[in-house]
Amino acid sequence: MRTLAPFGRRRVQVVRAEDVGAYRVLHAADLDGPLPAAGQFYMLAAAAGWGAGEDERPHLPRAFSFLRAAGGELSFMLEDVGPGTHRLAGLVAGDELWITGPLGAGFRPPDGGRRALLAGGGVGIPPLAAWARELGGRPQALLGFRDREHAAGAALMEEAQVAVATDDGSVGHRGLVTELLAAELARDAHAVVYACGPPRMLEAVRALCGERGVPAQLALEAAMACGFGACYGCVVALRDGGYARICVDGPVLDAGRLEAVPAH
Amino acid sequence: MVDFCGLRLEHPIVNGSGTFDAIAARRAFGDALLVDFPFSAFVSKTITLQPRAGNPPPRLWEAPAGMINSIGLPNRGLAGYLEHDLPQLARLPVPLITNVMGSTQDEVARLVEAVDARPEIAAIELNVSCPNVRTGLDIGADPQSLGSLVRAIRPLARKPLIVKLTPNTADVAAVAAAAEREGADAVSLVNTLRALALTPATGRPWLGGGTGGLSGPAIRHVALAQVAAVARRVSIPVVGMGGVTQPRHALELMAAGATLVAIGTENFRDPRAGKRIATGLKSLQIAKRPSTSMNTSEPRPEVDANCANS
Repeated sequence: MRTLAPFGRRRVQVVRAEDVGAYRVLHAADLDGPLPAAGQFYMLAAAAGWGAGEDERPHLPRAFSFLRAAGGELSFMLEDVGPGTHRLAGLVAGDELWITGPLGAGFRPPDGGRRALLAGGGVGIPPLAAWARELGGRPQALLGFRDREHAAGAALMEEAQVAVATDDGSVGHRGLVTELLAAELARDAHAVVYACGPPRMLEAVRALCGERGVPAQLALEAAMACGFGACYGCVVALRDGGYARICVDGPVLDAGRLEAVPAH
Repeated sequence: MVDFCGLRLEHPIVNGSGTFDAIAARRAFGDALLVDFPFSAFVSKTITLQPRAGNPPPRLWEAPAGMINSIGLPNRGLAGYLEHDLPQLARLPVPLITNVMGSTQDEVARLVEAVDARPEIAAIELNVSCPNVRTGLDIGADPQSLGSLVRAIRPLARKPLIVKLTPNTADVAAVAAAAEREGADAVSLVNTLRALALTPATGRPWLGGGTGGLSGPAIRHVALAQVAAVARRVSIPVVGMGGVTQPRHALELMAAGATLVAIGTENFRDPRAGKRIATGLKSLQIAKRPSTSMNTSEPRPEVDANCANS
């Protein structure tokens, strides 16, 4: 599912920003923008001070799936892990952003009467939260986090039934989200898995679904310069040879098309 | 309107090869791209004789005020380009310049002949930033190698022939002069500067292709010096590029002798950068036009990049 983006970047205002556990959630007014499809993303850059961080970075905009889009407002979730996310995490109400989007192709609905099963974790929450809202009916979502502070992000999955796993066992199941997923699929494998999260988690989901013969759609992430197919930087190797550009061919790709989810 | 090798262009702003994919952009932005097309001519990415998948990822590294890329020229190959890409690019509202690269003189000749035969294509740009199979040096780094290549293929092209120069050479003006002497209609520069990014934890090369090319504002003043040096040496038109993000940067390259200015990395940050810069440039040119001067020729600064600081 793909909503076309207005041509060019546009300047929007941050109307609100708050911390949710280890994450920062930005809300921006995008009154004239189109309604995006779940899994699509935007390129974001602070209108001021972009390039003023560590190593005189960031220079390029950063790609983020939207968390929520309603009433002329777009919401994004991020974790401060580098010069780009650090600058974005420092934005407050009234600050301005350059945005381009919505970009890429999002999730496709389940077919053949299969149920939607959402799996992910960390900063992979946004496309899954948007997809749960678009699907309706409170689908099952399995989310993995490092610890309690990060697991607070599960609250952003408002319209799903959420089960949580943490590495340290501080919240929910102690262990990996793929263990929860394996148990769910053992119970009922007539599902389509929708996944987004860190590369190692996505690779584990891909391998598990491959073994069980369960179709999976993965929302992939990669460093990208442009987001609209110009730079050819964000490629992932395909099983039948060649590469797909995550920005225009994805970010949602069928797990079966990939040999593996790359480590970075 | 700007005259460039006989092409009448709406304004002097084009794209650098490989920095804007009009076919992919149409998938993202739809027909709005055609209504508000940012460039006065469109330069294709580099086409090679055989299809190329490109380099293994990672392909990008963000640098201070710029980026390093090692993309590896992915393309469908000549036959795929002519059959699949060209019909789509021919629908763009501006003239099409097709960029080609071959690893031997014979390959370049086959590419140039095939591209020259297509009426949808207005001009040919030659990417010479590839190693000579015998010497290992980039063809575009050596005036003699480049001169003999241009001499061999010039008779095959009736369309304007632009030679894209690499900055990774001792004397870019000498290379430009060789291109002019052997019949090039224009030169374009600069391509990216060879650069290396290391993985912080291991100290090993980050990019899948080993080294890459640096672009963006970080190279703007290198580009300005090289464009000035080339424009002083040759009398054919120069397409200047390197780190342009604002209209005044384009004006500076034109003051250094460029007829056209290409936008590269800034397209990634702002898909409509070409139109923004073209519009701003026009305002600057109107504001700066000397009211008393009758001389409308482009000024060429009295500097030589190769000895400016000596």
